[in-house]
Amino acid sequence: MPKDHGIGAASKRREDVRFLTGTGNYTDDINLPRQLYVHFLRSDIAHGEIRHIDTSTAEGMPGVKRVFTGKDFEGVGGLPCGWQVTDRHGAPMQEPAHPVIAQGKVRHVGEILAAVVADSRERARDAAEAIEFDIAELPAVVDMKAALASDAPKVHEDLTSNLCYDWGFVEDNRDKVDEAIRTAAHVTTLELVNNRLVANPMEPRVAVGDYHRATDESTLYTTSQNPHVIRLLMGAFVLGIPEHKLRVVAPDVGGGFGSKIFHYAEEAFVTFAARQLGRPVKWTSTRSEAFMSDAHGRDHVTKIELALDADHNFTAIRTETHANMGAYLSTFAPSVPTWLHGTLMAGNYRTPAIYVNVKAVFTNTVPVDAYRGAGRPEATYQLERVIDKAARELGVDPVELRRKNFVTEFPYATPVAVEYDTGDYNATMDKLAEIADFAGFEARRKESEARGKLRGLGVNCYIEACGIAPSNLVGQLGARAGLYDAATVRVNATGSISVMVGAHSHGQGHETSFPQVIAEMLGIDESQVDIVHGDTSKIPFGMGTYGSRSIAVCGSAMVRATEKVIAKAKKIAAHLLEASEADIELKDGQFTVAGTDKSVAWGDVTLAAYVPHNYPLEDIEPGLEETAFYDPANFTFPAGAYACEVEVDPETGKVTIERFAAADDFGNVINPMIVDGQVHGGLAQGIGQALLENCAYDANGQLVSASYMDYAMPRADDVPFYAVDHSCQTPCTHNPLGVKGCGEAGAIGSPPSVVNAVIDALHSGGHKVAHIDMPLTPSRVWAAMQG
Amino acid sequence: MYAFDFVRPKSLNEAVEALQPEEAMALGGGQTLIPTLKQRLASPSKLVSLKGVEEIRGICRDDQGRVCIGGGTTHAEVAAGVPEYPALAALAANIGDPAVRNRGTIGGSLANNDPSACYPAAALASGATIVTNTREIAADDYFEGMFMTALEEGEIITEVRFPVPQAANYQKFEQPASRFALVGVFVAKFEDGVRVAVTGASEEGVFRWTEAEEALSSNFSPDAVQGLSVPAEGMIGDLHGSPEYRAHLVGVMTRRAVAAAG
Ligand SMILES: Cc1cc2nc3c(=O)[nH]c(=O)nc-3n(C[C@H](O)[C@H](O)[C@H](O)COP(=O)(O)OP(=O)(O)OC[C@H]3O[C@@H](n4cnc5c(N)ncnc54)[C@H](O)[C@@H]3O)c2cc1C
Repeated sequence: MPKDHGIGAASKRREDVRFLTGTGNYTDDINLPRQLYVHFLRSDIAHGEIRHIDTSTAEGMPGVKRVFTGKDFEGVGGLPCGWQVTDRHGAPMQEPAHPVIAQGKVRHVGEILAAVVADSRERARDAAEAIEFDIAELPAVVDMKAALASDAPKVHEDLTSNLCYDWGFVEDNRDKVDEAIRTAAHVTTLELVNNRLVANPMEPRVAVGDYHRATDESTLYTTSQNPHVIRLLMGAFVLGIPEHKLRVVAPDVGGGFGSKIFHYAEEAFVTFAARQLGRPVKWTSTRSEAFMSDAHGRDHVTKIELALDADHNFTAIRTETHANMGAYLSTFAPSVPTWLHGTLMAGNYRTPAIYVNVKAVFTNTVPVDAYRGAGRPEATYQLERVIDKAARELGVDPVELRRKNFVTEFPYATPVAVEYDTGDYNATMDKLAEIADFAGFEARRKESEARGKLRGLGVNCYIEACGIAPSNLVGQLGARAGLYDAATVRVNATGSISVMVGAHSHGQGHETSFPQVIAEMLGIDESQVDIVHGDTSKIPFGMGTYGSRSIAVCGSAMVRATEKVIAKAKKIAAHLLEASEADIELKDGQFTVAGTDKSVAWGDVTLAAYVPHNYPLEDIEPGLEETAFYDPANFTFPAGAYACEVEVDPETGKVTIERFAAADDFGNVINPMIVDGQVHGGLAQGIGQALLENCAYDANGQLVSASYMDYAMPRADDVPFYAVDHSCQTPCTHNPLGVKGCGEAGAIGSPPSVVNAVIDALHSGGHKVAHIDMPLTPSRVWAAMQG
Repeated sequence: MYAFDFVRPKSLNEAVEALQPEEAMALGGGQTLIPTLKQRLASPSKLVSLKGVEEIRGICRDDQGRVCIGGGTTHAEVAAGVPEYPALAALAANIGDPAVRNRGTIGGSLANNDPSACYPAAALASGATIVTNTREIAADDYFEGMFMTALEEGEIITEVRFPVPQAANYQKFEQPASRFALVGVFVAKFEDGVRVAVTGASEEGVFRWTEAEEALSSNFSPDAVQGLSVPAEGMIGDLHGSPEYRAHLVGVMTRRAVAAAG
């Protein structure tokens, strides 16, 4: 019998009542008295020197309050980068200034040139058109390898080159890896592109700044995945507002996928302008602006070599990646191609020697940062593609080649600095074989061929490091923040509970799954527990939601706080029952004296805590509220195996996904329905990357795919009905819930199997195609078939 | 959007009158024009909505057996309203999404003449007549290249008359992002010959593939066009496909249309 309550139950998402009935409260729903609107004039030139900006006409236009340019921000801090990478030679990365409004130069299409604040959106926009400016166009740097040429134009004059860093990992392994590759029985080499993506959450970004002169308090309402991080970054580094005078509120947020982690110029602008003008200032991004101002994702160009011995054991992996940073360093950009990518290069396999080289490059494009999976999809893609290619070159079954090299003993210390605590990769592969029906594939292929279609089966494994992250470790790796989280469990007098959490829910269903944990621990009904998130004035200092960390890190903090609540409640119960604290048991919402029928209900204890007439005041304080901070001891390592079956139309190159199966090990599962949903969404985005999505620039740095007319998002009919399973569970060994996180798996694990499947289909039709770069659009597949 | 006046005339005459000023523009379903206005890429002084002009809406048959579709008729109405011309109904049923089909109109589509739009292929392959408030224009004389037509300033498409072929089919290979036609081919077989119109492919907009027409007129089967191809030169090349790819698809889609037309 599946549980209908507590941990493991498929409780319905309570937040959906408001989301599906149009009663959510999104940032754009927030309108304050006397509110003004800002329109940003954005550069349509990728690279140029600002010779002259004249705002005088604009300033005189109806409804205009003020026009801001880079000059107004000369004394204001730039947008900070939260991670410092040290390069192969021990030097810190090159870190350019990142102004809120362009100063001196524009460096990408979409960069803010000026900002008009007016009493309506349209008037602000009218005035923006009246701003006169003269920009001397400079040659744009778009291609990463060209950007590293000695005579390439520099994106930032004050840096020595366009190279942000040249990172080697693990540098000490370098010679060993070179040697292993030189002496290998077989080496498979693959060059590939991990295509640039735009996150495209359904809700574009919005920011409203507010300021109260009497109290000197600023409030920023914003579409953020981590309001406390924004408060810290913007308050301390940009605007110089102390935390107690700055409140950041991220109310209902319509999806983020990483793009709403970062601190953006528009947030700093509205907060700054509200202080200057003494009136609220609002910005609502259009979709067009989102394409050219939200941080982009991926954009790696990689060469990977996999060495094998005569028995097909993996002996070494060497990679060289160029990672696009765009024109400036977004908040966590430097960490993505390094610590979130290099550390995963061992995958699910025993490879004794691994060396990862990453060259991060500045170009005249929108900054690139974490997008669902962040670094881990790039690692998984190259590894799982090169293994497939090796299997084909060696004439062996790609699944068997993987199984032969699986890590089977845990804990396992990889040669790339992480230690997998637990896992069972054969179990997920066995489960995959079952739910993907490997056995029936040949019959399905014949059936497709009878209809003139080529059918292919592609498989891959993945592993990810989630539950981000142990603070001491990431501190050594260059993080400029800790990555713990926090929760306050406030028990109310009549026994209901409000939990203030540092995690932020923007689609993940925390308001449903977090209460399931507390309900399980206390034996009370889930409906008695509410989650409060997204407002720095209400919640403890936590780091927000990304990196599949919420339940593993913040959930653990909540468990710890609840344990403290239980310990205190037992003291109160012992007093009420005139028994020894050691004899008190809590079960099904009742405190019982062990071995007796003497009991007191949860609600009686909580009432006693707040109406302490009969209460051990000499021993404990009244009230029942506890806070805990939790800093994980290690990452968690969700892993799994995915299979994709495609049909290719040999006449047009069009790929259709016929079947997709995902067997994941997420450790313990709190709400299987929510986990299914997270996997489904991730798979859609992974399939989107593999077949459809492509953020493309031309040689002049113009964004070619700047709207949905050219940027192809996956739609319902692009994806099949998925077979997903998470019954293989090796619980995490170091967090109290044994959970690993499931938010990114689908996006990490799916692109390689799609591409592997297409390559398999083409080979079945006699097309000896080694590789096609994503997205596998009909035109690219057709071109590959032409040879 | 820039500010504009908005009028909603009740008759064709009033609409023609309202369109007199140079800066006035007709508004059909708004599915192309409204996004253009939102991006401030057009600045009409006045929008003249054709929604209230009942006389240019609806579907009937004339005495020559032609299907006559009012210029203000929506894609959804065509999809449901021309059972005698299933290829045309199917084309209309596959334009955009329900919101687009419930608002967008045949007159708007033909006036706009997007090089990737569907209706131009149907009109040209059917040898349709585009009727305006002042004249009748044969489809062969109407399309003048990407976004260019024979329409004069302020001229309103009141009706489109489609001769009904013996057999016809439209094959649309969708551009993955917009789902407009990357290449669309409309094949129509009449008693006196076959017409083949291609949309999405050419830098000149919709065109007739006369070589295929000749081959199919003597032998209406996919085999008849098996060896034929259009030159890649002059085809559109963009993110979604090279000129060579588009040229190749013209052949594939034509064969498929013939096979499906039966
Ligand atoms: C999401 C989306 C998907 C789409 N997909 C497709 C597709 O797959 N295939 C396809 O073919 N189209 C597609 N379209 C375009 C759609 O068919 C539009 O409806 C059509 O192009 C314009 O028709 P409209 O009535 O909306 O015209 P409007 O947008 O109102 O006007 C367009 C132009 O035509 C003029 N005009 C309008 N009516 C008349 C008239 N009766 N006489 C003279 N001039 C007139 C206007 O002045 C304007 O210049 C899509 C549109 C959208 C938004």
